[in-house]
Amino acid sequence: MASSVKAIAPQTKPSLRSRLKHGWYGIESVEGILFALPALLGLLIFTLGPVVVSLAMSFSEYNIITPATFIGLDNYVTAFTDDELFYQALKVTLYYTCTTVPLNLFSGFMVAVLMNQDVKGISFYRTIWYMPAIVPAVASAVLWQWIFNPDFGLMNLLLGKIGIVGPRWFIKPNTAIPGLIIMSLWGMGGSMLIYLGGLQGIPAHLYEAVEIDGGGVWAKFRHVTVPMMTPTIFFNLIMGIISTFQVFTQAFVMTQGGPAYATYFYVLHLYKNAFQYLRMGYASALAWILMLLILALTLGVFRSSGWVYYEGMEASR
Amino acid sequence: MSVQTGSTPLPQAGSLGRSRRRTERIQRAIAYFLLTFGGAIMVIPLLWLLSSALKDPGKIYILPPQWIPDPVRWDNFRRALTAIPYGMYTRNTITITVFAMLGTVISSSMSGFAFARLRWPGREIVFMIILSTMMLPGVVLMIPTYILYKHLGWLDTFLPLIVPYWFGGGAFNIFLMRQFMMTIPRDLDEAARMDGANGLYIYVRILLPLCRPALAIIAIFSFMYHWNDFMGPLIYLTSGDKRTLSLGLNYFKDMFKIQTELLMAGSTVMVIPIIILFLIAQRYFVQGIALTGMKG
Repeated sequence: MASSVKAIAPQTKPSLRSRLKHGWYGIESVEGILFALPALLGLLIFTLGPVVVSLAMSFSEYNIITPATFIGLDNYVTAFTDDELFYQALKVTLYYTCTTVPLNLFSGFMVAVLMNQDVKGISFYRTIWYMPAIVPAVASAVLWQWIFNPDFGLMNLLLGKIGIVGPRWFIKPNTAIPGLIIMSLWGMGGSMLIYLGGLQGIPAHLYEAVEIDGGGVWAKFRHVTVPMMTPTIFFNLIMGIISTFQVFTQAFVMTQGGPAYATYFYVLHLYKNAFQYLRMGYASALAWILMLLILALTLGVFRSSGWVYYEGMEASR
Repeated sequence: MSVQTGSTPLPQAGSLGRSRRRTERIQRAIAYFLLTFGGAIMVIPLLWLLSSALKDPGKIYILPPQWIPDPVRWDNFRRALTAIPYGMYTRNTITITVFAMLGTVISSSMSGFAFARLRWPGREIVFMIILSTMMLPGVVLMIPTYILYKHLGWLDTFLPLIVPYWFGGGAFNIFLMRQFMMTIPRDLDEAARMDGANGLYIYVRILLPLCRPALAIIAIFSFMYHWNDFMGPLIYLTSGDKRTLSLGLNYFKDMFKIQTELLMAGSTVMVIPIIILFLIAQRYFVQGIALTGMKG
């Protein structure tokens, strides 16, 4: 991504002298700051300021009603030593991330390749496949709860048709997360569309070159499609990690963390501490632990990103 | 470019041998099969939603289920819409969505203009900071901003769900606008400058009209985000008459645990506007993603 930002940046800057001569520099500076002012204020008031406050709060005890008191690292110590639900929330979230992200990555990519075929009526198929991704989260949660109804729901009826006795889904702890994973696969249209954007950007001459060398479908896929798509896969991987670590709505609407804390996601734990028990300081510490976890994971992914291929990287260096 | 067009063609048969052409035909048949099979899986839950919404209360818990309800109970929609103040929820949702969307479009295009077309000290650094905030998990900001809104007296009003979007409109949208404006020839601005135009004139009269596709994409994505948002309204809105559709549906769910047909009718009403919007505007969706320059 960074390389493409640079690639679009203006190549030639007028010399300082010409800018002074035309008297643009001063006016442009004032105008630039004025036009960016809302964004600058927003950055300070709604992002950077809160980040600093959040960090400070994570070292204090604060329940909104009485003034905050500084308690050092106590909140962090509590999370790791005196909060069983913290570990449960972490376990549930990691389980969901480690299954959903690779599954979505793989299936989204495969479907996008399918969607990139030149067959008649492809736009119709794209519409159908993408549609679930736009269904509002609450509506989709309500619908899937009904689909997973063990006795009258669609899922177990269809499983029954092929001779499988459907599980009790959200009633039994060990099938609750698999239910949520299936639900998330239904909404993979978003990542599919990002892959499709990437696939359409692959120049046709690369495929032609493989063809001239006598390569077939597999060679094209293996030596053109996959390497050219690594930046997009990388992007979807990072975004997938960030978003699955913050799952909230499904769990809140469908299960409230149950049964037996099987779907007790990290952000649900954070939400309950902040807004139900009013432990704002502790919840801030939880937020920072989450952020550091995401940061560590994404840095790990970046470190291992030797497999990501950027076209034009060799040419420009 | 859009959902309808712009697929990379399979290699042309032309001079290729007969066996090659046959593999291609088989390949196409497999593609059709997978597309249809998977497409059916994707669409069945939505059909199930509609079917359940139209069923007679006595016919919803029977086996095997009827796919085509008999009798068709259109009445379910009227009952669902009157059981809870749906009109009010819709009004609240539309108010929040429209004002937040307007703020996003206006302020992200202003920032995009400042970052793409104007030179000012600190521009690159500020842009990099804004880009890096994209990686920041939203939950870190949730508690301090809640306290901020509490001190401002904004809790249980629509303001926390609208005002922040007038201040930049989100890092991703600023990035999108900047990238789009970068692709428009600079000569246009410079010529206008020569004629004595100022930045405001260039922004309003030259860039905004040329940026219509990017503005449309941001407007659509922002509309969907605010229409669907659950956590924001859940945290900031407490009184019953402030509820949005998302909150209302969740509340409805707890109220009518066993009246599944009404719950499904309520969900259908929430889903339909967004699907209509999608069908009207679908060509912008792929475009929006291509625009972000993630291709390489």
